[in-house]
Amino acid sequence: MAELVLKSRRFREEREDDWRRLQNLLGRVERNGAAKLSDDDLLAIPVLYRAALSSLSIARATSLDRALLDYLESLCARAYFVVYGVRSSYLERIAAFFATDWPLAVRRLWRETLAAFLILALGVVIGYLLVWNDPDWFYSFVPKALAGGRDPMASAETLREVLYSTQGRDMLSFFATFLFTHNFQVALLSFSLGFVFGAPTIFLQLTNGCMVGALFALYARQGLALPLGGWLMIHGVTELFAVTLASAAGLHLGWALVFPGDATRVDAMAAAGKRAGAVMFGVIVMLFVAGALEGVARQLVTLDIARYAIAAASGFLWLIYFYGARRRGARP
Amino acid sequence: MSAAELEAPDRWTRSLITPEGVDLRLQIASAGQRASAFLIDAAIMIGVMIGLTLLCLLATLGNHSKPALSAIGIVWLLGFFLLRNAYFISFELGPRGATPGKRSAGLRVAASNGEALTANAIFARNAMREIEVFLPLSFLAASSATGDPVQGWEAVLGLTWTGILLFFPLFNRDRLRVGDFVAGTWVVKAPRRALDVDLARDGRSPGPFVFTPDQAAAYGVKELQVLEDVLRRGDKRTLAAVADRIRGKIGWRSGPGETDTAFLAAYYAALRGRLEHRLLFGHRRRDKFDKA
Repeated sequence: MAELVLKSRRFREEREDDWRRLQNLLGRVERNGAAKLSDDDLLAIPVLYRAALSSLSIARATSLDRALLDYLESLCARAYFVVYGVRSSYLERIAAFFATDWPLAVRRLWRETLAAFLILALGVVIGYLLVWNDPDWFYSFVPKALAGGRDPMASAETLREVLYSTQGRDMLSFFATFLFTHNFQVALLSFSLGFVFGAPTIFLQLTNGCMVGALFALYARQGLALPLGGWLMIHGVTELFAVTLASAAGLHLGWALVFPGDATRVDAMAAAGKRAGAVMFGVIVMLFVAGALEGVARQLVTLDIARYAIAAASGFLWLIYFYGARRRGARP
Repeated sequence: MSAAELEAPDRWTRSLITPEGVDLRLQIASAGQRASAFLIDAAIMIGVMIGLTLLCLLATLGNHSKPALSAIGIVWLLGFFLLRNAYFISFELGPRGATPGKRSAGLRVAASNGEALTANAIFARNAMREIEVFLPLSFLAASSATGDPVQGWEAVLGLTWTGILLFFPLFNRDRLRVGDFVAGTWVVKAPRRALDVDLARDGRSPGPFVFTPDQAAAYGVKELQVLEDVLRRGDKRTLAAVADRIRGKIGWRSGPGETDTAFLAAYYAALRGRLEHRLLFGHRRRDKFDKA
């Protein structure tokens, strides 16, 4: 018998170097990102990827070397994810997110946003009426950690003190951080609970409203409703808007699950999840802004009218940003 | 139909057709791999958390002034916050689409429609961890902290909830957890394989191995690949047993000083040569019972 030369072995020997080069480049992209690669290497990846794919096709049809097939399959899959994965840089993506993706996603959820807002308003009314008539209800609505000494037993002086205090700023920044993380966790929960047909989301949103209403009633009983409004709304407009958007995102998920429309449930869910995900990314930003307003602006501005002005301005800006007229097809 | 397509795809293979028209045949990650990946990630997160807490405690030892305490508190809160919310997202946004745990298990996240993985999808799939992991945990913490009998049923509900969500991946074909379902993603195997030596090349060892066509045609593809496996493992006893079986089957008389490894490598090369030759003419012999 003559010297044994398998066609599959020759096939492999001819292409092996290219595969190894591709493997090497992929390793570098996966470790350090594509930015570190030279232009030549960067341009080589798609070429080598297509060569590897064609090798895979040929190998599947002609080679019985299991190790070779497994190797080519894993190599091609890795290269596929690199070649067809992320296309733009982080900075471009962030710019596109703020310029179009986020406002667009928020606008597409306008029905859910309106519903979430109405639920919140309902909660405020319920909380207000109950605490107005019987202050003991306050304890059911506001957790101790968030009340910070403001309860029906507190005197008007104590309550007023909280509103205009500029002392102890050091601990206040800690408190603001705590509130930011707490609020975000609540927003995230409200969103993710949308998966359970949206019912818990509605409940959470109602609870949020009740909390605000209860606090208002508490202050209104001492004749301090107006100052409280300024104290609360200076950051509350942004914060409650963010929480409302998170609930809207949750409701969007629940809605897609219950009424998927023409798509299958799985597809409808995936599409809704991505839209809601974009909204939720923005919610972090809004809560951060709210935290800054709460931690900084509220300590510096103690005039009621100025506080109301900031509140109104922030509300106006958010509305313009999300729903304002935009040039059609304006994409960066 | 090409010969390769005759191979029955197994339960865990999903086809992903690239724009170039080649099926990548991705493998869905098993529930066990997912669990082990998560446990590694959880261990890392807990480890970092403990480290951060210890550091903060150490820092408070020297400082008792209010601003310092407040700053340390903020560092701790934000550290915890970032760990809880950004750990999975930031790692999965990277080019490997995997957390350290998934990497070590050879897995990655991919969009199930084959398109590019978007940041929104990654956010959505990880936001769902809030109800899958953290909510049940806080249920547990709350009920064990108070010991209030009224909260007993709440704990039971929490446990049921955890159970449903925890085993959610076991109840669907693609092993999707709730987050995958919401974001339209799945977790696939993406091992980083090195190219192993071609056994047919090593088979060219010196020795009087000449097989008749009948001898070289005793087996099919399945046996060939089992033989490949045995040769790559190189376990002496298995090699001896397999060599004996093959010698018996093809009626091979051993020459003096013939080793099992050399015989098997040579037979592997001969069998593969024969089967690949037939493959080129469109005959794929699945196993030794296949008369093709």
